[in-house]
Amino acid sequence: MSEAIQKQIKLYLIIGLALFVGTVLTVWVADLKVAIMTGIVIAVVIASIKSFLVAGYFMHLFHERKLIYQVLLLTAVFIVVMIGLFIFAFGDQQGAHHGIFNVPVKHVTPADAGHGAAAHDASAPAHHE
Amino acid sequence: MSAHIEIPYNVDERPDTGLYNAKLGVWLFLASEVMLFGALFSSYVLLRTGADSWESGHQILNWKLAMLNTFVLIGSSVTMVMSWSALKMKNLAKFKVYMGLTFLCGVGFLVIKSIEYHAKFEHGLLPNRSTFMAIYFTMTGLHGLHVIGGMIVNGYLLGPGSKMWLTEPQRFTNRIEVAGLYWHFVDLVWIFLFPTLYLLPGK
Repeated sequence: MSEAIQKQIKLYLIIGLALFVGTVLTVWVADLKVAIMTGIVIAVVIASIKSFLVAGYFMHLFHERKLIYQVLLLTAVFIVVMIGLFIFAFGDQQGAHHGIFNVPVKHVTPADAGHGAAAHDASAPAHHE
Repeated sequence: MSAHIEIPYNVDERPDTGLYNAKLGVWLFLASEVMLFGALFSSYVLLRTGADSWESGHQILNWKLAMLNTFVLIGSSVTMVMSWSALKMKNLAKFKVYMGLTFLCGVGFLVIKSIEYHAKFEHGLLPNRSTFMAIYFTMTGLHGLHVIGGMIVNGYLLGPGSKMWLTEPQRFTNRIEVAGLYWHFVDLVWIFLFPTLYLLPGK
């Protein structure tokens, strides 16, 4: 058992070193002259690899019980739903010309809603009664 | 006369879960923490997307200090897992050295963070300056509170809590494992906070 733990300790040190290198890499990439979105994607990818190493080796997630994976899967589902709600709330902007998915948004005035008339384009002049 | 109550499954694994109770409890707690920080990261993304202009953390924050803090936290994660390995090898003295180093790294992180905060206050970079500064203080402040929470637990396990090693060594080893899970999670959050707040350019 002691020998197995000694091997594990060596692995922990290698992972620690990889995390240090990953941090330097993150800073180096931030200084590159790339498009903002490219920079964001690279930063997220490096951070994801680093977190994969921490969770997998330091938190022993690679050798964990099925129940833990199920808990984490449920958490991931809730995270996706939560972020989805935020995105749809952000996209649902009445009166704006374009929503988050670049779909023209129709504006419904109280007068239209009251008379059951179809919605008209937001760019049309407003009714003044 | 007091009755002795045996708490079940703090050492042995439950037959239905295959885990000792504390481990499942901590993972459930971490799941709630993922939701908490996930909500804050989502807020950051939406506030940034919806803003006409956004300050560059790379320019107004001290990314060099933050990078140093990243090294400190990663180092503390290594020493934390080493302290657990030391107990697995039944070496309490080594455990104390590694856990002591983990605690010191926590202190170092907070000292560096307080230097950073102090400089911000000196220059009038307060939360009311901009949405960016507000979310910077919210996220790093909440993360700092998590570091303090972890240090309280680690300090207890290093000091008075370590007496358990003499009577229930396996239970104590399990305690270190679950304390480690939390500490690594705090490190994990910082891994995402660092590039998000300090390195991304403004617009």
